[in-house]
Amino acid sequence: MNNKQLPIDGKGFLNNPQHRAVFFQIIALIAVIFCAFYFANNMFDNIEKRGITTGFSFLDNTAGFGISQTLTNYDDGTSTYFDVFIVGLLNTLLVSILGIIFASILGLLVGIGRLSNNFLISKLSLIYIETFRNIPILLQILFWYNVVLAALPSPRQSMNYLDSVFLNNRGLLIPEPIFESGSSAILISFIIAVAAVFYLTRWSRKRHDKTGEEFPLIKVSLAILILAPTLVYFIVGQPISAVYPELKGFNFRGGLAIIPELLALLFALSIYTATYIAEAVRAGIEAVPKGQKEAAKALGLKDHVILSKVVLPQALRVIIPPVINQFLNLTKNSSLATAIGYPELVTLFSGTTLNQVGQAIEIILMTMAVYLTISIVISLLLNWVNAKMAIKGR
Amino acid sequence: MATYTMKEAKPAPSGSKGIIFWLKTNLFSDVRNSLLSLVGLYLIYLTIPSLLNWMIFDATWSGTQDEVVNSGARWIFIIEKFDQFIYGFYPEHLHWRPNLVAVLCVAFLMALKVLKNNKTKIVIMLLFPFVCFILISGGWFGLETVETEKWGGLMLTILVAAVGIIASFPIGIVLALGRQSDMPILRTLCIGFIEFVRGVPLITILFMASVVLPLFFHDGIEFDKLLRALIGITLFQAAYIAEVVRGGLQAIPKGQYEASEALGLSYWQGMILIILPQALKISIPNLVGSFISLFKDTTLVLIIGLFDILAMVTLTNSDTNWLGYEVEGYVFVTLIYWVCCFTMSQYSKSIERKFNTEH
Amino acid sequence: MKVTKLALLVGLTAAIPSLSHADTLQDVMEKDVLNCGVSTGIPGFSAADSKGVWKGIDVDMCRSVASAVLGDASKVKYIPLTAKERFTALQSGEIDLLARSSTWTATRDTSLGLNFAGVNYYDGQGFLISKKLGVTSAKELDGATFCIQAGTTSELNLTDYFKSNGMEYKAVTYDTSGQTIDGFKKGRCDAVTSDASQLYGLKLKMDDPNTVMVLPEIISKEPLGPVVRQGDDNWFNVVRWSLFAALEAEELGVTSSNAEAMMKSENPSIKRLLGTTGNAGENLGLKSDWAYQIVKQVGNYSEMFDKNVGKDSPLNIDRGLNKLWNQGGLMYAMPIR
Repeated sequence: MNNKQLPIDGKGFLNNPQHRAVFFQIIALIAVIFCAFYFANNMFDNIEKRGITTGFSFLDNTAGFGISQTLTNYDDGTSTYFDVFIVGLLNTLLVSILGIIFASILGLLVGIGRLSNNFLISKLSLIYIETFRNIPILLQILFWYNVVLAALPSPRQSMNYLDSVFLNNRGLLIPEPIFESGSSAILISFIIAVAAVFYLTRWSRKRHDKTGEEFPLIKVSLAILILAPTLVYFIVGQPISAVYPELKGFNFRGGLAIIPELLALLFALSIYTATYIAEAVRAGIEAVPKGQKEAAKALGLKDHVILSKVVLPQALRVIIPPVINQFLNLTKNSSLATAIGYPELVTLFSGTTLNQVGQAIEIILMTMAVYLTISIVISLLLNWVNAKMAIKGR
Repeated sequence: MATYTMKEAKPAPSGSKGIIFWLKTNLFSDVRNSLLSLVGLYLIYLTIPSLLNWMIFDATWSGTQDEVVNSGARWIFIIEKFDQFIYGFYPEHLHWRPNLVAVLCVAFLMALKVLKNNKTKIVIMLLFPFVCFILISGGWFGLETVETEKWGGLMLTILVAAVGIIASFPIGIVLALGRQSDMPILRTLCIGFIEFVRGVPLITILFMASVVLPLFFHDGIEFDKLLRALIGITLFQAAYIAEVVRGGLQAIPKGQYEASEALGLSYWQGMILIILPQALKISIPNLVGSFISLFKDTTLVLIIGLFDILAMVTLTNSDTNWLGYEVEGYVFVTLIYWVCCFTMSQYSKSIERKFNTEH
Repeated sequence: MKVTKLALLVGLTAAIPSLSHADTLQDVMEKDVLNCGVSTGIPGFSAADSKGVWKGIDVDMCRSVASAVLGDASKVKYIPLTAKERFTALQSGEIDLLARSSTWTATRDTSLGLNFAGVNYYDGQGFLISKKLGVTSAKELDGATFCIQAGTTSELNLTDYFKSNGMEYKAVTYDTSGQTIDGFKKGRCDAVTSDASQLYGLKLKMDDPNTVMVLPEIISKEPLGPVVRQGDDNWFNVVRWSLFAALEAEELGVTSSNAEAMMKSENPSIKRLLGTTGNAGENLGLKSDWAYQIVKQVGNYSEMFDKNVGKDSPLNIDRGLNKLWNQGGLMYAMPIR
């Protein structure tokens, strides 16, 4: 930063700032390479001396243990460790994505509530934020897991909703949809509906820009998204049926089960992350100059219009970067699921698989690589958003 | 000629003061607000009385297990196991040593405030960690050695947090400077390290430290398990400190850098005397924020089998004489963490406010 | 300033590391302490009491080796390890001996660079269920949910058992045995499955132990034993024969209370065991009274068993397979001669 060319008064190689820079860098590089070499050398030495198996061939071996939640076809008798890795990865992604959705909704609500004119609501939001952001997330995960398990009844005393949804301490059981032939038509119609909404949005924005006329975009889009697939569903002859959960023996069979570990983890992650999102939302809204709101009010706009058309669009520029960082944190925090046995990547792969196989280096490196990839993807997303949101120079 | 006469100030109209007015404007200004207020009141009604009852009014504070009234918190568990929560397995007759360290810490902070002479300050700062370390670990001056396996409870939590904060600080500053430097190789190395560490969860780094690190060293060199965890946490925290300090460095006007060069100061002189003091000062709120995160993250050492205060709760729960007291344990730990983190965050907010008025 | 302070602090803390050689026996003797890897808390096998004193049959294994090598059962540094860490801790040399109720399997013995030195407890996998379930045999557990500790052999055996019986099951895996029993207590699962010995310990952790029962079926073989690094035969022998000495002492009727008197015994086997004749100790690289120290300071195998898991302990587990060979069990010490 400040190695500008200065008149060289001293003699000698190192008195020249440029030489010095090169010299120091080479030293640093040599030191790093030496360390890496030293570690690697020791590692291979240790491995060789003790006859520890290395390499990634273990991924093809049969795993042979059961997993409580699998999004792919996993068979505990025949699936390999690589399948375990995939199952873990998908479970991590599942809890992260769901957590991000819930945390965003909750965070947005609390953030707006924090700025509410209503004394009670704003203080309650403040208390919520100050309580939950100052408690370690691991403690919260353990707490919610205990609460979820303690509050729910045993399978035989399940809470029963319309004989199709059951809630007990084995999880939330919902009917499982079975897609028969023809159901692909529904999917296609849904995709077409999404595309239609996309173009409709662009068209309505253009029209708004030109004429200033409002188009009831949200209502129409919702109608298209719901009606189109429903219509197709009846036209092709109702190809989707459901398997209802049924109590057989000790447990429910059939249906989809949302395990309590997932529920507890979602609770904890969303509630914790929402506090940070709420603070970001508050900071973003407060960053919008007061004059903007006053001007909008002077124009006679209603409160909700001011919020959605004037304040939020400007606030989002400030809100989004920290919020995306929180999404990344949430994903990383999901690794703490290992404390309650939710089968995500760290539990399944750095836990169970590491124990069974014993090849610590390969397994930990693979786990780290996954999180690094996720974080790189999220930072690319962040850069893209930042570039897109940047105030266009006029 | 009209003369001006002072008019007595009239009291505010009865409609714009008092509790009714306040309620009207703040809670029941319109229908929507009133509904929200009612919902809020209901939430308070649901939580606060039962919480207070459980924690205070119905709680059992003394006596034996048999006399417990089960509807409230049974704090006797905490009182009974208090020593374990605080000291872990640290031998009972040596508890005075960590206690002395705690007293010394307070004295140390006071001394830093009171003392004017910089040299004495630096000497104290250099000596202090040694004194603490020797006191806790023993082995010198005839003090009985206490192995790190016996360290635990709140003592360990604070120790891990303190070492993490103190040790990561200089490393973080060096990394931040490296990232800002215009030596390409150095910069790449620093960026690589920072982004790598920030991209992975702390728990994988702890696994790395506890499971993989030993394989990196030659046969003879063995690290204590606690030391390995400390190395992991320090490196992790250093990457975050580096980013905070970088933020501070970027906020320093370019003129300051140029001025320091114009004075003929070398890079390090300029950094230490001019840039860093300013950069660190404006990063204090964020630094405190990152310390809070670290403090909360110390709970993770439980997953690699160190007995921090949270682990002590789970451990004391498997004591066959005291089964089913985990709720009290969790609440106790929660309160400790909450008080510490809340105090720190209020401190950082007050500093932020102070800076804001200075502009 | 801060940098120097840090370097010194780290240096000081790092002063704990010591040097070891490929010769573990030599190394242990030099540092005069045995680094022994134990569990973070398995009742009866290795668990710290509220004062931090380690107790259990695995702990006694550590103490036996320490008495044999160093002549003092208390010269052991216990290093609690999670299931994850245990094998790497041994591989990397952090510990000299792993006594953490680890099952002897082909994979562990061959691919991890480890050697099992013997079996100090013959175990098998069983089931702990709530009596409310009304089940009397594991065969009736079709469709049940199980709490298991992650990464154990139990996890794999369970799959095998249910596959071979054509039954279905669900598994909830936890990181530690404490979490496993907690899950069971709160009704997350119908049954806990683990090594039978541990089930008795877990049973004691129930609020009311009478509401649960251990099913009679044992579905696997779980030979548990001390583990050492591969390629150090000397040390391997020391550990193996420390175990045998405790067994031999029981067979010969030598106990911690009569060991001193037995030194004068005329029985040639006892004389060889206690080192009054023969050179077993010398050949192992130990003092001639190595086995005497084991028996005197720790006890013979039956004393270890009864005190920690057997009739004098809260677990009250039957000796079963762990009886001596001449009493119908599997415990068989190779002759010392």
